[in-house]
Amino acid sequence: MSAGALLAASGSGADFPILNALIFVPAVGALVVALLPRNRPDLARPVGALFAAIAGALALAMAWQFDTSAAAAQLANGDAAFQFGSEVSWIPALGISWKVGIDGISLWLVVLTSVIVPIVLAGVDPHHDPKPYTAWMLLLQAGSVGAFVALDLFLFFVMFEVVLVPMYLLIAGWGYEGRRYAATKFFIYTMAGSALLLVAIVATAVLGSPESGITFDLVTLAEGQRLATNAARLCFVAFAIAFLVKVPVVPLHTWLPDAHTEAPTAGSVVLAAVLLKLGTYGLLRFGLYLFPEASDWAAPVLVTVGVVGVIWGAITAAMQRDLKRLVAYSSVAHMGFIVLGIFAFTAEAIGGGVIQMVNHGISTGALFLLVGMLYERRRTRQIDELAGIQSAAPVYAGVFTLIMLSSVGVPGLNGFVGEFLILIGSFETRRWWTVIAATGVILAALYLLWAYQRVFHGPPAAADRQTADLRKGELATLAPFVIAAVALGVYPKPLLNATEPAADTLLEHLVEHSDFELPDPADPVIVDAGDGADSHDGDDH
Amino acid sequence: MVELVWLIPALPLAGFAILLLAGPRLGEPRAGWLATAASAGSFLLTLITFGGLLGLDSAAEGGAGGHGGRWFVSTLFEWMPIGGLEVDAALLVDPLSMTMALFVTGVGTLIHLYSVGYMGGDPKYSKFFLYLNLFLFSMLMLVLGENLVVTFLGWEGVGTCSYLLISFWHERPTAATAGKKAFVTNRIGDFGFMVATFLLWTSLGTVSYIGIAAVSGALATGTATAVSLLLLLAAAGKSAQLPLYVWLPDAMEGPTPVSAMVHAATMVTAGVYLLVRLNPVLTDDALLIIAIVGAATALFAALAAVAQHDIKKVLAYSTVSQLGYMFLAIGSGAYVAAIFHVVTHAFFKGLLFLGSGSVIHGLGDEQDMRRMGALRAVMPITAVTFIVGWLAIAGVPPLSGFWSKDEILLAAWEQPDLGPLLWAVGLVTALLTAYYMSRQTFLVFFGGQRWDDGTHPHESPATMTLPLVLLAGAAAIGGIMNLPLVKDWLVLEHFLEPVLAHPHHFSSGTGTKLLLALVAIVAALVGIAVAVRAWLQARISTDRLEPALLENVFYVDSTISNFVGGPGTKAFEAAATADRRFVDGAVNGVAKLVGVLGQAVAPLQSGYLRHYASGVAVGAIVLVVWLALRGVS
Repeated sequence: MSAGALLAASGSGADFPILNALIFVPAVGALVVALLPRNRPDLARPVGALFAAIAGALALAMAWQFDTSAAAAQLANGDAAFQFGSEVSWIPALGISWKVGIDGISLWLVVLTSVIVPIVLAGVDPHHDPKPYTAWMLLLQAGSVGAFVALDLFLFFVMFEVVLVPMYLLIAGWGYEGRRYAATKFFIYTMAGSALLLVAIVATAVLGSPESGITFDLVTLAEGQRLATNAARLCFVAFAIAFLVKVPVVPLHTWLPDAHTEAPTAGSVVLAAVLLKLGTYGLLRFGLYLFPEASDWAAPVLVTVGVVGVIWGAITAAMQRDLKRLVAYSSVAHMGFIVLGIFAFTAEAIGGGVIQMVNHGISTGALFLLVGMLYERRRTRQIDELAGIQSAAPVYAGVFTLIMLSSVGVPGLNGFVGEFLILIGSFETRRWWTVIAATGVILAALYLLWAYQRVFHGPPAAADRQTADLRKGELATLAPFVIAAVALGVYPKPLLNATEPAADTLLEHLVEHSDFELPDPADPVIVDAGDGADSHDGDDH
Repeated sequence: MVELVWLIPALPLAGFAILLLAGPRLGEPRAGWLATAASAGSFLLTLITFGGLLGLDSAAEGGAGGHGGRWFVSTLFEWMPIGGLEVDAALLVDPLSMTMALFVTGVGTLIHLYSVGYMGGDPKYSKFFLYLNLFLFSMLMLVLGENLVVTFLGWEGVGTCSYLLISFWHERPTAATAGKKAFVTNRIGDFGFMVATFLLWTSLGTVSYIGIAAVSGALATGTATAVSLLLLLAAAGKSAQLPLYVWLPDAMEGPTPVSAMVHAATMVTAGVYLLVRLNPVLTDDALLIIAIVGAATALFAALAAVAQHDIKKVLAYSTVSQLGYMFLAIGSGAYVAAIFHVVTHAFFKGLLFLGSGSVIHGLGDEQDMRRMGALRAVMPITAVTFIVGWLAIAGVPPLSGFWSKDEILLAAWEQPDLGPLLWAVGLVTALLTAYYMSRQTFLVFFGGQRWDDGTHPHESPATMTLPLVLLAGAAAIGGIMNLPLVKDWLVLEHFLEPVLAHPHHFSSGTGTKLLLALVAIVAALVGIAVAVRAWLQARISTDRLEPALLENVFYVDSTISNFVGGPGTKAFEAAATADRRFVDGAVNGVAKLVGVLGQAVAPLQSGYLRHYASGVAVGAIVLVVWLALRGVS
């Protein structure tokens, strides 16, 4: 099918290229910030935050207009449909185009990215060189959004790489003591993944393009399924490794605690909230969608890897002595849940995985902000150098408690919705894996509450007693996270409504192109009320 | 009026919200009165809804027992609709949920009122009531939830509030540890709850109680047993049954009203509620296990209570023991007896805890019974009401505890597999209960004065004594809910019958029933008599009644602590070390290897053209040879 028809079908918003605006507004912002007069460094953050916030507002407006009907997720011929799409030919000789569009999966990641960057830009002080710092943050926003909306393999690769550079520079330039080691490790680790990714992208395009000519168009390649089984599996493995490094899964995760711990607060927030999602998003979009048969083939390994991450991440988190490292390891556990959800192949689990991506951004992002605020006050993140903070800073402790409970997965807060949907959905297809993953909820309570007790409870020492409570500005920075945590916990329906059609389309695509069969909805035996009660009488009583 | 059900939890939630925003500004005592008003309003609305329920058609189809009866579902909004999953934020009004909501809000309001006085002067006064209202909201969501997931919201909510309230005085390390221990231990149970939910949903395609009751017959027996045992795990965590009881005695670190409300009257009965609510799926095999767990816990905890010196620890172990009775009732199929005991226990144990709080308050935070005694003269209201509670829990007729315990013992007797044994365990427990409660009453209120002359014990203010008096009244006459004397007087039995898939009927003749009741009364009197000899008349050496084994509760807790603190922590530490040394070590090793290899091959890049040219030539030859060989084969 032609790309034109595809985009025509996407309907609303086609007039204004809003997705390109979401990429270019922060990109232009970065340029503007870079060109600001040298003697006015104080302007950098306000100007940068303004550009980022414009993009954030646009993203929210887009979410409002997003069509959540099932029909909008699928074209008449069964192809996946993307909304707000636009396409400009870029390198015609190679069939590469600047093609963007979103579905119910990428929508929320775009919104999350576009909203979180302005908040941390406005709320977190880099302490030195605000100009380059702001410019890199804006470029990070542009690149991340670009990666989430790209519907062309080559464009995706470019965006995926664009993100690396600002992150590397943010860690190396504004990080803590071990920043050089951490930044280099982050860069080399992900570059190794990227190398595989590039090879796989080229191979997929060369082997998978239709006879009419080479193309990097995601939809054409995914719907065509022209790769031979073994070639597809090989390409999938390459894609998957690149993404699994990014997620990260055990044992490819050790760059994460270093990068997170040494990164400046804003860097850690964006790293957790946005960059890790490139991995899980990639697994969905360029793993499951592009290689359904290979995904089904590799699923047992991948769900195992996810479950191992849940348990290993939690156990190692429990034993960390640095509070920020602990949060970093908790990320490994949370992201493990998402990998399990994606490769459990049910609408509930995939939907839960998407929700969990957003929730992890909110909860872990807020935790990094909170740890950063504590470090600003105490110049330490060592758990055993802190005690009794709750006595000195009750409001800070209250916000920390709420976010901690959201991370633990207490219902009524956002974390529960994702975890619950992933687990209940995975239970249908991967029963025993799910049972093991569910023990992760016990461990999550253990490591977070234990850390909380050591840092916040007990008698405070003199230094602890002088820890200042939250200032108004800090409270304002945290407020969106708190509100989102409660709102998504109580009423996640808008997110689910938008995500479900995309998840369904993806699953249908999987069923069509692999041996996988959806668990039969008629499988749960529903018996007429009267009969049911009677037969139970006969069986058991 | 059943449509108003949403207001029942909404009021305490609103109270929570107001206290969150304006609590410190309201200050003492207004914050307390606001929370109490929210709770009282909630009680009133429960009464109205209860009236509405009675007005419904008693022959409606379906219901949580699957056999019809009065019920009403109020759906507020779709909570998590995705795929085949439908989870609504919905409340269920039926006889069981109303019975629970009535005593939760009723007893809850009295404890709110009591706290207005008890917490006076605490610097975090308004925060206490904030937590208390949030707890009440969660508890109401738990009992009113129309499906497993809404109940789980309440279930985790009460667990969270319990954590916050136990560690309320967080500067005390023991309180902080106890709070964490409660939450983590409960989470072990929550794991069971979640997996049970998954299993029910994948097997039946629904998480709603009405739906489950309608189709529970479709469950394979093995699946149903698995679900039952997972639910037992959940219930054992929340309701402090063996082996997950360890958190409850420690939970006494919280303020005493919390012990009364959360850890005696309401939250800890949630496990009992859950099992009764899902009675259609419980299988015979599972019921037998539930009965054994209950009986074992009842006896075990009663033995522990015999040798405690802390006034609240006695009551804590007593609570564990009484909860064991309720599990024994469920395991014997006598669901109504279990709920009956939940309610009477809420009255008398709530009363006893509040009474102990009054004593602790009057003595300036003294909790060791060895430094009490002769308090009945200075604290007359506390003493008299405590005595009512003592006699009620001891099973002295006609007080409420006698009736509910009698029914449980009868049900245990009739249990088809292990009947007489379960009954005997229950009977011994009853004797022990009468003994240790008498011991406590005598140590605190009778005998000689053992507190310093510098202490000036005093009766508590009216906000504290009024709840005591009201609860004493309820503990005294609570039995009228379900008197077995005449069939028509079994009000609770008839009321709850529709929620049961298999209503329980006692088969014993009147003679057996009377004989069993008589034996139970004798057991109670023997227990009291031994205590009188030992503690009032000092004719029995009391040291021998309190061996170290019992005082240390069979060393269960210390064994677990030693394991968790020793090998458990070591294993975790080993994992973290492996992560650092091997997983990350491998990464750094590869990096180093690349560096070394780079050094090694660096000389190849010599800069001499002839070196490169010869390299190209050798490569070309190799390539040609390889292609040629391939061509040949």
